[in-house]
Amino acid sequence: MVASRAASRGTLAGMSILRAFAVLLLAQFVGEAVHRLLHLPLPGPVLGMAGLAAWLLLRGGAPDAALAETSDTLLRWLPLLFVPAGAGVFAYPGLLRAGFVPIVVALVVSTLLTFAVTAWVMQLLSRRATVRARTEVEA
Amino acid sequence: MAGALRASPLFLILLTLGAYLLGVAVSRRTQSSLANPTLIAILIVGLALRLTGLTYFQYFQSAQLLHFLLGPATVALAIPLVRSLEHLRRSLLPTLLALLTGSVTGALSAYGTVRLCGGDRLLALTMLPKSLTTPIALDVSQTIGGLPALTAVFGIAAGVLMAVCLPFLMKALRVTEPAAAGLAAGTAGSGIATARVVPMGVLPLAFAGVAIGVNGLITATLAPLLLRALRHLH
Repeated sequence: MVASRAASRGTLAGMSILRAFAVLLLAQFVGEAVHRLLHLPLPGPVLGMAGLAAWLLLRGGAPDAALAETSDTLLRWLPLLFVPAGAGVFAYPGLLRAGFVPIVVALVVSTLLTFAVTAWVMQLLSRRATVRARTEVEA
Repeated sequence: MAGALRASPLFLILLTLGAYLLGVAVSRRTQSSLANPTLIAILIVGLALRLTGLTYFQYFQSAQLLHFLLGPATVALAIPLVRSLEHLRRSLLPTLLALLTGSVTGALSAYGTVRLCGGDRLLALTMLPKSLTTPIALDVSQTIGGLPALTAVFGIAAGVLMAVCLPFLMKALRVTEPAAAGLAAGTAGSGIATARVVPMGVLPLAFAGVAIGVNGLITATLAPLLLRALRHLH
């Protein structure tokens, strides 16, 4: 009896992971459809992310356990999922050799500069906002 | 027979998984951010393609199943986003201003550095959208007259570079706030950098996810305008 209840709970958990995966795909599909219908510059998965976040907030905020677990798992796999696209580096040996110096310098300089500027502006402004909030409370 | 098996999804997905797991093992063993699992896996796959004589396009066709999961994984960023909404709402204005300056810096510095180092305009335009998430990068590259497929390669390289350098940069630049680190990593290195942020917690992950979307939106809108302004200056 206990065993069969545990087993049925197991299938239920399995089912709800499948359902959660379907929810993610559905959100991406809706995002893809909106992208095509409205010719928005944002791609389907990004619109799907925004749409799913909005839907969760309308329903009270917290995602159910299966959706949270499925999402966490997919996000942990994220570094793996970039390997097929990343191996594309080996598809253009000629072009990469021809522009090697400007390519490498631009990648390094621009990536580090973009990180530095974004992080500094964010820290500077949010610190200022915190200080202002604090002085308002004290006043 | 052996040829068919070599080009089968079964073999190539197994190869990708094996290469990645080896990358994870090396990264755990060395405890070094330089040993990035994605980078190690890409290098192993490249070596295997050379040894088996398969082209990249044959490989990609078979490994597409893994690539497909990038879509739902991007949607899954909604969950850390919802969990951090309160924090995000409180720092809405700093976030948007940081993203605006970061996006413009990313696009202009990519274009400008290529030109300063003697690269031609085509290469500079191809480099410009490199810090955007791949689908937006392809679109922007096409619109401004770059080579989309090569833009995607630059994007991956920028992401790997960002992921590898993240801990050093945070220390060297004194980026102590997790939200700022996540936001800046997502802006400079989109998805791959975001993957590096996952072990840092929900909050930086949420800000990285927001950065991917908003950076894409800002650059897609501003890139054609910035280029027109640059033309006028010349």
